[in-house]
This record gives sequence, structure tokens and C-alpha cells, in this order.
Amino acid sequence: MIIELGHYALVLALATAVIQAALPILGARLNDRGLMELASSAAVACFLLVAFAFVVLTFAYVTSDFSVRNVWENSHSLKPLIYKISGVWGNHEGSMLLWLLILTFFSALVAAFGRNLPETLKANVLAVQAWIAMAFALFILLTSNPFARLIPAPGEGKDLNPILQDVGLAIHPPLLYLGYVGFSVCFSFAIAALIEGRIDAAWARWVRPWTLAAWTFLTAGISMGSYWAYYELGWGGWWFWDPVENASFMPWLAGTALLHSALVMEKREALKIWTVLLAIMTFSLSLLGTFLVRSGVLTSVHAFATDPTRGIFILAILVFFIGGAFTLFALRASHLKAGGIFAPISREGALVFNNLILTTATATVLTGTLYPLVLEALTGDKISVGPPFFNMTFGLLMLPLLFAVPFGPLLAWKRGDLVGVAQRLFAAVAIGLVFGTGYYYAMNGGPVLAVFGIALGVYLIAGSLTDLALRSGLGKVAGNVAWRRFTGLPRSAFGTALAHIGLGVTLIGIVAVTAFETETVVEMKPGMTVDAGDYTMRFDGMRNGSGPNYTEESGHFTISRGGAAVSEVWSSKRLYQARRMPTTEAGIRTFGLSQLYVSLGDQISEGGIVVRIWWKPMILCIWGGTLFMIAGGFVSLSDRRLRVGAPARAKRPKTVPVGAAE
Amino acid sequence: MTRKQKRLAIIGGGVGFLVLAAFLVMFAFSQAIAYFYVPSDLAKANVSPGTRIRLGGVVEGGSVKRGDSKTVTFTVTDTLAGVPVTYTGILPDLFREGQGVVTEGAFVQGSSVFVADTVLAKHDETYMPKDVADRLKAQGVELSGKETIK
Repeated sequence: MIIELGHYALVLALATAVIQAALPILGARLNDRGLMELASSAAVACFLLVAFAFVVLTFAYVTSDFSVRNVWENSHSLKPLIYKISGVWGNHEGSMLLWLLILTFFSALVAAFGRNLPETLKANVLAVQAWIAMAFALFILLTSNPFARLIPAPGEGKDLNPILQDVGLAIHPPLLYLGYVGFSVCFSFAIAALIEGRIDAAWARWVRPWTLAAWTFLTAGISMGSYWAYYELGWGGWWFWDPVENASFMPWLAGTALLHSALVMEKREALKIWTVLLAIMTFSLSLLGTFLVRSGVLTSVHAFATDPTRGIFILAILVFFIGGAFTLFALRASHLKAGGIFAPISREGALVFNNLILTTATATVLTGTLYPLVLEALTGDKISVGPPFFNMTFGLLMLPLLFAVPFGPLLAWKRGDLVGVAQRLFAAVAIGLVFGTGYYYAMNGGPVLAVFGIALGVYLIAGSLTDLALRSGLGKVAGNVAWRRFTGLPRSAFGTALAHIGLGVTLIGIVAVTAFETETVVEMKPGMTVDAGDYTMRFDGMRNGSGPNYTEESGHFTISRGGAAVSEVWSSKRLYQARRMPTTEAGIRTFGLSQLYVSLGDQISEGGIVVRIWWKPMILCIWGGTLFMIAGGFVSLSDRRLRVGAPARAKRPKTVPVGAAE
Repeated sequence: MTRKQKRLAIIGGGVGFLVLAAFLVMFAFSQAIAYFYVPSDLAKANVSPGTRIRLGGVVEGGSVKRGDSKTVTFTVTDTLAGVPVTYTGILPDLFREGQGVVTEGAFVQGSSVFVADTVLAKHDETYMPKDVADRLKAQGVELSGKETIK
């Protein structure tokens, strides 16, 4: 009964979305306040209905109600509670419901916190949100109903794919969806602006917090996913340029560009049309990502099931929204008043440079991701475009941007002094080179390019700190005055610096791992030792064990340094009973920012086993850097400027992003 | 600079960068992609030694042999032809005889053995690599039981 109520709530949500999609737009046209105000209540109602449906599905999972086909296919009564809950979105139907839940959640947030938006803009924004919600609610109800019953109900479920049984899965999809579904708000604002044919700096001020919130969550989601793949898959890699990873990375790149161009629009009333276009492109890439991941054109851990009707349905949604948005853009963009032109050497010039590189880089990732699909459709040839392609294109294109990053905040608006800024960054460059060379010698040589890679990372950090130091007048005024100025700097300045520092930290991690990682594959018998980095690992032997729904064989290793034992690690191979599926649970030990990573292979002779051992220097920097970026995002969101901005009616409480975290 | 010159500088710089990016992409496509083959393609495809390709098929039953400890040899087959493959390292968890696999690597000069540096198996037991499944199906090879593609 409760299951049917959940299903019914979803149907009602669709009906609410239809109302929310149609009447407010009409209201905005006719200037009918009643119809426009309907948008907010409909948005909240729609969210509550979807949330109810979601809770019902979760309830079915927690109580292991195998009369629901979805639960039977993806759950097991012996599964730990946390995986029963996270299993709700560990499958196609459930993850689409989560998608819709987050979409309607953002609509409800706009309704709740957008009280000071102009009436017509708010009505149009919520209506566009409802169009998207309508499409996805229809998709779920027609092709992917999570509430479908199974009669007679089986006694036991088929269990969740074991590699998805991990804490990472509980966190990664919701964060990722908060990110790329969050960009729907920017999209809706852009479409609403096109419908109204009016756009100004205030628009940018309203859009920026949503962009920033979505970007912050997307950063967290991607980073979490990368770390999860690193420790769960047992391959020791942290990024594979897999199409599915690219699907989330492209909206991130475009969203980063949007974040920067909205800044120009807010400050200088320039780049208006470009910003609208970027907002449309960013969410279009999110939709494309959903299509790539969910339609089954790609096989991966994310493609839970491939049913052709679903693929075609999502493709139709994709074509409708992207095609519709670009058509509207083509028709209406000329009505928007173009902004002013500016000097190439200026803060806004630097931000344009940022946009140029980020969008070009996005385009190369898009090409590399779609080319195999297009080629196969056209010629039938199957190819794979792997890391070498992306390193060669994306990697090279991003280099000038990385070098330019510290210049941006130091250049003045309107007309900047490039030579002056270069002089101020001289110290940062010098510090970078010192660290780069120092690390190179500490590692006893290696690829010479690594010196420059590390130097670039350190320069990014030092350059961002230079900006803060100069702004507080360090060295020019007395210490206590400088400190007072420092604490008085706008939060957005700290946000920018933190995010840019994060970029440097991540870069250092990437360079160090790429250049100095060591990998050893060796057959070990108890008592044997192998060197990895500064450490020596001794294999002690195997042990059998079992968990709630699996059995495992674990190898024990003692780690020593300079002859003294410093740590130990277990590395296991598990066999999940319900699906008879083996998984690798790598053994990982952290030393400072570096890690030792041990995977087990097959047992060969008596007591002997193939072992793969990696020494991963500075690897934690890769994800540590993203923590800085996330912190930067939240600090910027708490900036007063974003809350009370110039026009009073744009007031937006700071609880917007905080609420979005729930 | 006049307004016109500024605009030209910005547009010129942008276009220049895009052209550079386009060349880079084309160059990378000519260098850094791997074609996918199944064993019976290879007779007519004429893949020169050293060229990176992906070779997919089913691991032939009884063909998996462990050489000196960590090197494994096995035969990848599409039932019409088979290719011997060697791989050094740890095989994926779901690597089994009789199941689908994609290997990436190159042929060595003067040998018919395919030296793989990457072996990809499935992510779970309900499907096999899509490329493999499509090609085997196109050749009329029926997949049974768990090998069928969902």
C-alpha cells in the first residue's frame, strides 16, 4: 500500500510540475500576479511530493520489501543498513529519482529564497525548472518506475553490485547531483532572461550564488568519486579519462568558466550574452552527462542497465532542452543589450582569457568523449580514446591558464599593468622554482619536467598568497595595521585565493604522482620483502575471514623503514556470496601526504601470491587541493556582497548554500 | 588602442587559440587513439607491430597459463580465430575463462603474440564489454547464459 502511495505521489508531482510549467509563464505574460505566485507554492509542493516518493522507496529498501522489483534486484536482507539506504540510488531507477529530487529541491530553494527577485523573472525561472522536472518525472514514470511490483515476491534479493557497497557510494552521487543538477538553476535564469529579453548586472548577482553552490558541490562530488575509484577498484589510478568521468568533468569546466564570466558581468556589465550562453552550455553538458551515463551508450560501472527505450527517451529530452535553448538564444540574444568592450590587459581581459581556455579545453574533452561514439555510428569502426589523447590536448591547453591564474586577481579592472603585476609575482616564481628543484633533488632525480610542474604548483599557491599580502599592505604598513586590513578583506578575496591555492595543491599532487610513482608487480611468499619508496614491505602470510555478506582472503604485510617496523597493512580479495562476485580491497597506508598501495592478485604456488605494490608520493595533495577549492566556494558564498548586493531586492540570505548541503 | 583594435586583438587571440587547439586535437587523434579489433579481423586488418590496438573477445577455455610467476598467457577468441596474449601484472577480479575481455597493447615485431599492458574485464557479472558483445553478435556468435548482454 505504502509503495503505491509513493508511486501516486510521483504522479501527483508530475501534475504539479505541469501546472508550474504552464501557468506562471502565462502570468508573466499577462502580468497576472496570482498566476505568477502560483509558481512558488507549486515548486514547494512538487518538491515535497518527490521527497515523499523518495522516502517511500528508501523505506522499501530499509525493510527489504522484495515485492518491489527494484529492491529485489539491488538489495539483500543481510546487507548493512547504510548500504541498504545508499542502495536506493545505486541503480538506474533510484538514481533518476534522486536526480528529480535534487532538481525539485533547487526549485523549492529558489521559491523560498527568491522572495526579492522581480516577480516575472521568478515566475519564469520556476516555470523553466518545472519543464525540466516534467521531462524527468515522465521519464521515470514511463521507462524507469522504481515502484514496479514483483509478484510473487521472492524471499531474498539479488544484492547490490559489491563494488558499489562502499561509503563512497553513500556520498558521491548526492554530491555530484547537487552539483550538476544545481546548474539547472543557472540554466533556468538564462532562459528566463531570454524570454524576458532583458538582462543586467543584477541578473549576474542573482545567478552567481547558485553557480557557486553548484560548482562547490560538483567539485566535491568529482573529487569524492575519484578517491572512491582510487581505493575501491584496486587499480591504483585516480583518474582514467573514462567517458563517464568526463561526463561530470565537462560541466565542471564550463561551470568554472561561468563562475568567472558572471564576475565580469556583475562588475562591468560586459560579456552578458556570453554569460547567458555559458549558463545554457553548462547545464546542457550536465544533461549530456546524464545521457551518456544513463542511456547505456557507454558501458561502465555507472551504466546499471541498458534499455534502448530509455536511451532514446533521454536523447529526446536532451534534444528538446538543448535544441530549444539554443534556438531561443539565437532568436532572442540580439534583443539583449550588448555590454561594453574593454582593454585586453585588465582584470576582465584576464577573465576572458580564462573563459577562452576553459571553454576550448571543454571542447577538446567533449570531442575526445564523443568522437568514438560518432565514428562508430558513421563508419562502424570502434576506437578508444584514452589518457594519451587527453594529456596531449587538455593538458597542453591548460598550461597557459595555470600560469596566468595568479595574474587575474592582481590585475586592475578596466586597465591593468601587466609588467607591474609580473614584477610583483617575481617572488612567487622564485619560490616555485626553489621548491621544484628542491623536491627534484629530494627524490634523487626523475623527469626534469617535474621540476617545472612542481614549481608551477607552488607558484600558484605563492601567487595567490601574494594577492592577499599586497591587498593587506604587508611590508608597507605596520604589522598590526596589515593584520587589521587582512581580516577586513572581503570574503570573496579569501574564496578566490583558497580556490586558486587548491588548484596549485592538486597540481603538485598530480605532478608528483605522475613523475615519481613506483609500481612493482611481484610474486611473494611469506617472509619475502619488497622495497617501495623509502619503505620495505614484508609479506607475512594469508588469512581467511568473512563479513556479513562476503568471505575474504587477506594478506598481511609489515612495513618497515630503515630496518624498524613502522606499520602494517592488510590487503584482501573478497567474494560476495549473493552474486558470487569477487572484489579487491586494496591495502592502503598513509605516510604524510604519500601512500603505499597494495593489491592482491592470484595465488599461484603454495603460499605464493602475486602482489602489486605502488608508492604514491604526495598523492593526497590531489584530493587535498579540492578541499581548498570547496572551502573557497563556501567562503565566497558567505560573502556579504552576494547576500545584500547592490539592489536591495536582490537580497539573498546566506542560508541558501548551507541549506543546499542537506 | 582604438575600440576597433581592441576588438581585433581579442577576437584574433581567441581565434588563434582555437586554431591551435584544433590542430592539437587532430594531431592527438592521429597519434593517441587505439582501434578495436576482434581476432578474426586481424587477418585482413594488417596491424603493423608496435601499433597500439584494443583486442577483444572471449578468453578461451583452458588457455590460461601462468608462466614465470606474474606473466600470464591466454588466448582471446571470437570462435572464428584466436590470438595468443601475454600480460604481466594482476588480472582484473572478473577475469575468467569463457568470459569477455578487452586487452590493450601491441604486437611485437616478428611474433604473433599480442603483448597487452591493460586487461579490462567486466564491472559485474551481468554483462560483457559492449564492444566485444556487439562484434560477436555481428558475427553470429551466440552468447549463452551470463555472457548475454543486458
